[in-house]
Amino acid sequence: MRYAAQRLAQAIPVFFATTFLIYAMVFALPGDPILALAGDKPVPEQVLAVMRARYHLDEPLLVQYGRYMLGVFQGNLGETFTGQPVSELLQDRWSVTAQLALTAWIFELAVGIGLGVLAGLRRGGAADTAVLAGTTFVIAVPVFVVGYTAQIVLGLNLGLFPTAGTDEGWPGSYLLPGMVLGSFGLAYVARLTRTSLVENLRADYVRTATAKGLSRRRVVGLHALRNSLIPVVTYLGVDFGNLMAGAVVTEGIFNLPGIGQQVFQSIQLQEGPVVVGVVTLLVMIFILANLAVDLLYGVLDPRIRRARA
Amino acid sequence: MRVTRSRAAALAVAAIMLSGGCGGGSSSNDGGGGGKGANAFSVALTEPDHLTPGNTSSDYSITVLDTLFETPVSIDAASGKPVMRAAESVNSTDQKVWTIKFKAGQKFSNGEPVTAQSFADSWNATAYGPNGWTNNYYFANIEGYDKLNPEKGDPSTDKMSGLKVVDDTTLEVTLTAPFSQFPITLAYIAFAPMPKAAFSDLKAFDQAPVGNGPFVLDGAWEHNQQIKIKRSPSYTGERAAKADAVTFKIYASRDTAWTDLRAGRVDLMTTVPPASTGEAKKLLGDRFVQTPDGTMDYLGFPTFDKRFASADLRKAFSMAIDRQAIVDAVYDGAFKPMASLLAPLVPGYRENACGEACTYDPAKAKALFDQAGGFSGTLNLWFSNADPSYEQWMTAVANQLKQNLGISDIKFRKIPAADYLSTLRQRKEDGPYRNNWVMDYPSPQDYLEYMWGAGNRMGWENKEFDDLIKQANSAPSLDASLPLYQKAEDVALADMPMIPLWNWQNQVGFTSRLSGVNVTPYSKNLYTISVKQG
Repeated sequence: MRYAAQRLAQAIPVFFATTFLIYAMVFALPGDPILALAGDKPVPEQVLAVMRARYHLDEPLLVQYGRYMLGVFQGNLGETFTGQPVSELLQDRWSVTAQLALTAWIFELAVGIGLGVLAGLRRGGAADTAVLAGTTFVIAVPVFVVGYTAQIVLGLNLGLFPTAGTDEGWPGSYLLPGMVLGSFGLAYVARLTRTSLVENLRADYVRTATAKGLSRRRVVGLHALRNSLIPVVTYLGVDFGNLMAGAVVTEGIFNLPGIGQQVFQSIQLQEGPVVVGVVTLLVMIFILANLAVDLLYGVLDPRIRRARA
Repeated sequence: MRVTRSRAAALAVAAIMLSGGCGGGSSSNDGGGGGKGANAFSVALTEPDHLTPGNTSSDYSITVLDTLFETPVSIDAASGKPVMRAAESVNSTDQKVWTIKFKAGQKFSNGEPVTAQSFADSWNATAYGPNGWTNNYYFANIEGYDKLNPEKGDPSTDKMSGLKVVDDTTLEVTLTAPFSQFPITLAYIAFAPMPKAAFSDLKAFDQAPVGNGPFVLDGAWEHNQQIKIKRSPSYTGERAAKADAVTFKIYASRDTAWTDLRAGRVDLMTTVPPASTGEAKKLLGDRFVQTPDGTMDYLGFPTFDKRFASADLRKAFSMAIDRQAIVDAVYDGAFKPMASLLAPLVPGYRENACGEACTYDPAKAKALFDQAGGFSGTLNLWFSNADPSYEQWMTAVANQLKQNLGISDIKFRKIPAADYLSTLRQRKEDGPYRNNWVMDYPSPQDYLEYMWGAGNRMGWENKEFDDLIKQANSAPSLDASLPLYQKAEDVALADMPMIPLWNWQNQVGFTSRLSGVNVTPYSKNLYTISVKQG
């Protein structure tokens, strides 16, 4: 418990540092966002001045940042250039990305570990070769190629999945994008599980367990696999944050109105409050995911738990 | 035990996912709109920025607002001339004081009557500087506008003195100078009326506008997902809707919208990606329609830079560019090469106004180029990263300038989209730059005066041109103004501070469920569309 509290306390300076850095970076972007909004049409100075004052763009960086943080602690995340409150926007969009990331994560966890175990147990066999070749292919092909191909073949031509949008809700609308988003992580999880399992199956304690006359099922399931999963869990924990942040491309292809799409649009429009709000939340998720991973270690490996106490 | 249990859970999850996959798939081929059989259809759209008529110039917003509001006039696609809508007549004897008569008995969808005051209120709000609305500038030629937009301090009034409500159906508009094109500008969405109810909460109105058009909102605007509209029961005008309801489905990428159209999940899209032109022709046949658009691409010169001061040099550049080859390669032939400063749909357009100077002729270009003294140093080409096709065609332009004029040292200046216009505004560009013009209303004045008139980006000054525009603006009628605008166009082309390149095309595609699709450059005309039953 003390460990968990310590880790949470560490998150506070990280929170301030990241928000400030992100705010400064958006601030430093060249160009005038208000002028860019107007396009090629003439805009009277009076209108420009009103807009700049409305979004506090006429103030120095530190004042802007201070004003923003003050708002955050009062529950006000600012508003977009089109006048929508950022908090409302995040509420709408957050659930989409969370559902997508969760689908992808479950997919890579279940299928990834499954394939890894299959390959690890039949090392050198046909299944092993197939998994290795398949995962290499997935890692080598960029995600937008996988995405568009899956959309055209599985969605449009075969009609197995909806092509885009969130009309069918969860899980229908999220299955195909989830699998595309999770495919890269899946390949890693499968390879990691396989390697780790192959190594552990040759370890002394496994041989001992087998010698004691335990069933193969119990040796693999309880002894070998449990140890083999430690690196996999680390990866899965960090990857959950990655999935949240990495949804930009997938959300674009499948027209899911989530966080990734929003960040992309907001960076283009230089909407400071939105970018800072979203990225701060992503940072928090990374911190929490890492914390969860650390705590899980103790469950999987009692030695780690004891070393800390 | 723990491990075994979690493995069982993982298997269960996998099983759910697989069964979910089949379930999700079987329901994926519904019609795009409100389900099969219903007299409703869906339209692919990009998220609008605002839904207040005075506060948006985005084509996506206007697509929605065009169904919710009725402007005083609209534009006839065949002639480019105004047709009366909310207005009964628009008249003036001196082109300076205009009398607009509105049709009696019109109502907003909340039951409020549409009067001359509804128009005056809306226009005043848009012109009022402190509101900070996008279309503010469209009212700059109405008397009293400057009082609402003082250089310094707060305005002393929020009403333009040039707007006089004579009675419920009569509005008298006094302009700062004679302007023969005024009736055409009334088709623009900024000239739509607003009900009294709007002004108690403008923010709420922006989210749920109440208008006088053939459709009304049906439920809240679901940001980034959809906007639903249905036929307005209170609408009495000539644009009565054929369909019961329309759903605007919002897409972040037009490629995805195109895939959804092919899957039958959305019924109509007005921006089929140029790269998919060939595929669309093959798949949709006569359900793929290309119409000319008002938007044109140009290559501008910084004439304040001495190296580009010679008109002959600028013409040589123009003649060295093979427009057709570029359009074929980059836009699959969908865009049309231009030899005019105006788009084809604008009254007064002449197909070959530019003549030889816009005709690809490498030999003549080279001769003219040498005669003008050639070019030394690095040639920087400026464009923004807003669309990947800009770099593609700039590369082609660079190669042609290299080959045909022998300019060897050419560099690209690719600027982030958000920064591009302020770069140009500060005159930082030191070479030809890409620019386009999006039409607001089909008048030569909309192109010539804003792009080439006083304070233009090129730093080009020509008194003869300015005088001709002034004369044309105060001509006694639309028809009488056209020859004067054409003369002004000739003056500009003779000096060529900016090279016209090509005209964009609208690429409309729709599913076999729809009939009566009539998308024009001025309106998507969603009211004419009906859904085939059965």
